[in-house]
Amino acid sequence: MIVLKSPREIALMRDAARVVVAAQRLCRELSRPGVSTLEIDQEVEGLIRKAGARPAFKGYRGFPATICASINEEVVHGIPAAHRRLKEGDIVGLDLGAVVEGYYADAAFTLAIGEIPPEVQRLLDVTRESLELAIQQARPGNRLGDVSAAVQRRVEAAGFGVVRAFVGHGIGRELHEDPQVPNFGEPGKGPLLRAGMVLAIEPMVTMGHWEVRVLADRWTAVTEDNSLAAHFEHTVAITADGPDVLTREAA
Amino acid sequence: MARRRGRMPDERHEKKPKDDAIEVEGTVVEPLPNAMFRVELDNGHRVLAHVSGKMRMNFIRILPGDRVKVELSAYDLTRGRITYRFK
Repeated sequence: MIVLKSPREIALMRDAARVVVAAQRLCRELSRPGVSTLEIDQEVEGLIRKAGARPAFKGYRGFPATICASINEEVVHGIPAAHRRLKEGDIVGLDLGAVVEGYYADAAFTLAIGEIPPEVQRLLDVTRESLELAIQQARPGNRLGDVSAAVQRRVEAAGFGVVRAFVGHGIGRELHEDPQVPNFGEPGKGPLLRAGMVLAIEPMVTMGHWEVRVLADRWTAVTEDNSLAAHFEHTVAITADGPDVLTREAA
Repeated sequence: MARRRGRMPDERHEKKPKDDAIEVEGTVVEPLPNAMFRVELDNGHRVLAHVSGKMRMNFIRILPGDRVKVELSAYDLTRGRITYRFK
């Protein structure tokens, strides 16, 4: 069941999104060679709580931390740890969410630590671009398949892989609501989009094959062929005027 | 945080055959007592098939001439279980 949100509810999600954006800015400042993902996690948790919000991931199905930090071949849901230190040439996916008065916002981006090869930069650019193309499809009258297909078309045209085992999701009163938002699909298929739906659209893209596996910690998803992976995500409200990206940084 | 992909709504008819079963399609030729049917398979064999418990719970009626999906036991190829009636 897809729950539509009222303008009042979307306003609360925007409050949560503002906290997420501030936390992302902090992540960007902290991420440099030598810093552990646990240090970033703790700083971000402090910021979220000081803002009067609550981390959305901590405790969700037993996830132990505020952020997911996924380095290199890790695709999503990496658990922050003191021994996981960023180093020059890494790419790190940072995914985090906040809850304000019971309403969720969720966003992610992938950051390069120092210099990275041009091909890896292209992975990040294509993934970010595929998210933007998908967002443009998130308008009333379109179908969910239009959003999914937009990601798949861009990513596969670039020769990269679209992860199948994880998908985006509806968001609102809960972190994961219906519908599932796959990053692959056919245009014109799936549920009709309506004003009031809020989706977390999140392409997960690999440089090799799209097959992933989950490590023994039951969270960290890595590419089966150990190729690098990127992940970008926005919380997007569908309005009569088109997509409203709640987690967009104010310019 | 990404959601683990669950079964998509359009995948709801993809039922998994029970272990060791062979799934085939056929046409119902004759109703028999006790919710059993004679089914002619696409390969020409005729088997004795009963209606799966789940289909009975949902009151799915089967009539002669219906196209059905049948699971055959790997051990006795003359008997099977009707698991799906095509619309």
